Amino acid sequence: MMHHNQELQVLEKAVEEIIGIARRFGLDFYDMRFEICPADIIYTFGAYGMPARFAHWSFGKAFHRMKTQYDYNLSRIYELVINSDPCYAFLLEGNTLIQQKLVIAHVLAHSDFFKNNAHFKKTSRQMLESMSVHARRIREYEYKYGRREVEIFLDAVLSIQEHIEPRPQVKGIPVQEQAEPEETPYDDLFNLGKPPAPSPPVPARKVPAQPEKDLLYFIMTHSRDLEDWQRDVIAMVREEMLYFWPQLETKIMNEGWATYWHTRIIRELDLPEGEALEFAKMHASVIVPSRTAINPYLLGVKIFEDIEKRWDNPSEEERRRFRRPGGEGRDKIFTVRACENDVSFLRNYLTRELVEEMDLYLYQKMGHDWVVTEKNWEKVREGLVEARINGGFPSIVVVDGDYNHRGELYLQHRYEGVELDLPYLEKTMPHVYLLWGRPVHLETVVEGKGTVFSYDGKRNSRRPVRAGGEPA
Amino acid sequence: MDGSFLITREDWSLYRRGQMDQQRHQEKVREAIKQNLADIISEESIIMSDDRKVIKVPIRSLEEYRFRYNFQKQKHGGQGKGNSKQGDVIGSDQAFAGSGKGKGAGDQPGVDYYETEVTLEELAEMIFEDLELPNLQDRRKQKVSATSPRFNDVRKHGLTGNIDKKRTILETIKRNALAGNPGLHGIKPEDLRYKTWEEVPKHEASAVVIAMMDTSGSMGTFEKYIARSFFFWMVRFLRTKYQQVQIVFLAHHTKAKEVTEEEFFTKGESGGTKCSSVYQLALEMIAERYNPLDYNIYPFHFSDGDNLPSDNDLCVKLVNELLEVCNIFGYGEIVNPYYRSSTLMSTYKKIKDPRFVPVSIKDKSEVYPALRAFFKREEH
Repeated sequence: MMHHNQELQVLEKAVEEIIGIARRFGLDFYDMRFEICPADIIYTFGAYGMPARFAHWSFGKAFHRMKTQYDYNLSRIYELVINSDPCYAFLLEGNTLIQQKLVIAHVLAHSDFFKNNAHFKKTSRQMLESMSVHARRIREYEYKYGRREVEIFLDAVLSIQEHIEPRPQVKGIPVQEQAEPEETPYDDLFNLGKPPAPSPPVPARKVPAQPEKDLLYFIMTHSRDLEDWQRDVIAMVREEMLYFWPQLETKIMNEGWATYWHTRIIRELDLPEGEALEFAKMHASVIVPSRTAINPYLLGVKIFEDIEKRWDNPSEEERRRFRRPGGEGRDKIFTVRACENDVSFLRNYLTRELVEEMDLYLYQKMGHDWVVTEKNWEKVREGLVEARINGGFPSIVVVDGDYNHRGELYLQHRYEGVELDLPYLEKTMPHVYLLWGRPVHLETVVEGKGTVFSYDGKRNSRRPVRAGGEPA
Repeated sequence: MDGSFLITREDWSLYRRGQMDQQRHQEKVREAIKQNLADIISEESIIMSDDRKVIKVPIRSLEEYRFRYNFQKQKHGGQGKGNSKQGDVIGSDQAFAGSGKGKGAGDQPGVDYYETEVTLEELAEMIFEDLELPNLQDRRKQKVSATSPRFNDVRKHGLTGNIDKKRTILETIKRNALAGNPGLHGIKPEDLRYKTWEEVPKHEASAVVIAMMDTSGSMGTFEKYIARSFFFWMVRFLRTKYQQVQIVFLAHHTKAKEVTEEEFFTKGESGGTKCSSVYQLALEMIAERYNPLDYNIYPFHFSDGDNLPSDNDLCVKLVNELLEVCNIFGYGEIVNPYYRSSTLMSTYKKIKDPRFVPVSIKDKSEVYPALRAFFKREEH
């Protein structure tokens, strides 16, 4: 115990110093709660995304995988940080002091990001509590309706959990209904001698009026046979996904920002040589590039550093055309961290020089090999942006909730050049059927042809999209 | 400006959330295995496993299905060392497991299974859960396998080694409480309690299984493999479920002889087939070693049915003789689609005794139903 207390005291001193430095740099974070915990616990939080969340076997599967990789020394989470106020950060027990320092500096920047990035503005900062309430409610449902029953339902809800609308305010503009001419007492006079106007056809009320991206919301509100507890489960899963969504959308930025700052903060510390070396090693392992994936820590920090450089020392042209006086680097990156998400961050700030310097490329499958197919910087940038659109998930919308006038559900995949995983699609359809209670259809594109997949409660089928478009 | 922060270290030892859901996941894995036992049971990697403790089993249905992109048709981002160029090959199918979210076939789109590891024992347990040795009858001379002590009483006197600590402490607490001085202190001789026991003789019925296999030239690799996987599980089943079970292995072509377990599974012979030879040998063994009054006898015979036609009538006669002395007689015929229909099975259709169990096995997945047919648990 004595040993632990001493360790805590040392850590407390370090945190105080690091917080001081971070404040001087202008980072603006929530009050911090650091908790030191063993690897098992960190990996549990990692699997669930949160210390308290409802029970489901998929979390157990994730936990097991992460834990095994840790046990075999394949990967190591050093920390976990929660978007909450106060901000909870969990540090891995047994980290060395310098590792903890790096992690503390890193999570302060995450906390600053959560607090100040526009996309996080609407996230609940009390989600820690909400999720444990959700967990309790779901446990009660298990008790009341049976564990198996709840599990089967959760399996179905989780299968479409990414299909929400994180920005409900940017719905499509409603189609302007043609304004009826105002009635006047003289209408009969004006219309004398004209044939009677045909009464306008009553437009069929379409549900949804606009394509609806929020599958969970649509099913929750329109499915006919769901019990109250089932609607409640959908609402809870949806609320949790809405909370996690901005993190899915800002992976590169968030990690880049945290990496940028842990470097700057640790540099300010007066480290003994051994620690400095250990820091360098650990930092290098965080930003190690990969031939087969984009390392968000590395790409993120590179872009932030590049922005800072370009706004500190603008070119002649930039000074003239964009009226950049120079010396604005720091201010600029703070503004960027407040406004952008990964899509706009890459689109606006990934430059030709950076793509070439980092030797970024796109690769794809050719026969049995994976081959570099794109080096053109704009195409590479576009490819990276595409991979980040909608958090990397395909975009699927409800087009018709009363398809064939039989209350069937017609979904449409907004195809943008990448096909869906068809075996997965066919296994997901029964889940959607379970939620909707009637046949479910999904339109997508397979090998260039519009194709409709259907599941009628017994089997999957597919057919070409009817000429003239669907739904009929 | 001191910045509000706290560092804490709670006791997390009771936090078992991850482990609990992991357990549920493993339950589901087991369920999935059970649903696919018929396919798994004759997996070559298991039958040929030479008692490796842990085996990999492919199972379906544990993926978290969702609408997702086809990874194989997507363009992915990567980073070179500064000299990458169009056309560089950065990986090929086999060596490219690491690119998805994690490792393993399950993470590759389109590959619709998940490999899990189970121990052979776990698998055996699942397979044997509802199997039993049928028609186990009380024979005159039961073998007493052991007497086992059963602790079933507590007394005030006994051997020191058998002191029941929990009850002794309870007595002390009770006495102290009655004396108005509650708590656990001052254990006195009158508090001591002793466990006592009684010898319970354990009777076990004894059984012998006569495993017979046709090892003649007409039994090809496929047929041998089927018989082999059946006997693999049969031997395992008998040895896990009952202690007093003997098993003898008889191999035959035109002549029959007793062989070791290893020889039984590994050696092949050539020549024609006379099944009567092995029945004859079985009858002789029963007469010499396994008195039907002492043993429950279970002969099982595997063949491809390619018997000498002139031998068939003799076979029927001998099977009937065997049925008089045994509990159940199993005949498994391995049907190779490329062979003509067998003569032996149609001959055996004449045998009406309910204790004669004939089964045809066409492919690997029918080994499990065959096992179940032989060892079906009787409805009581």
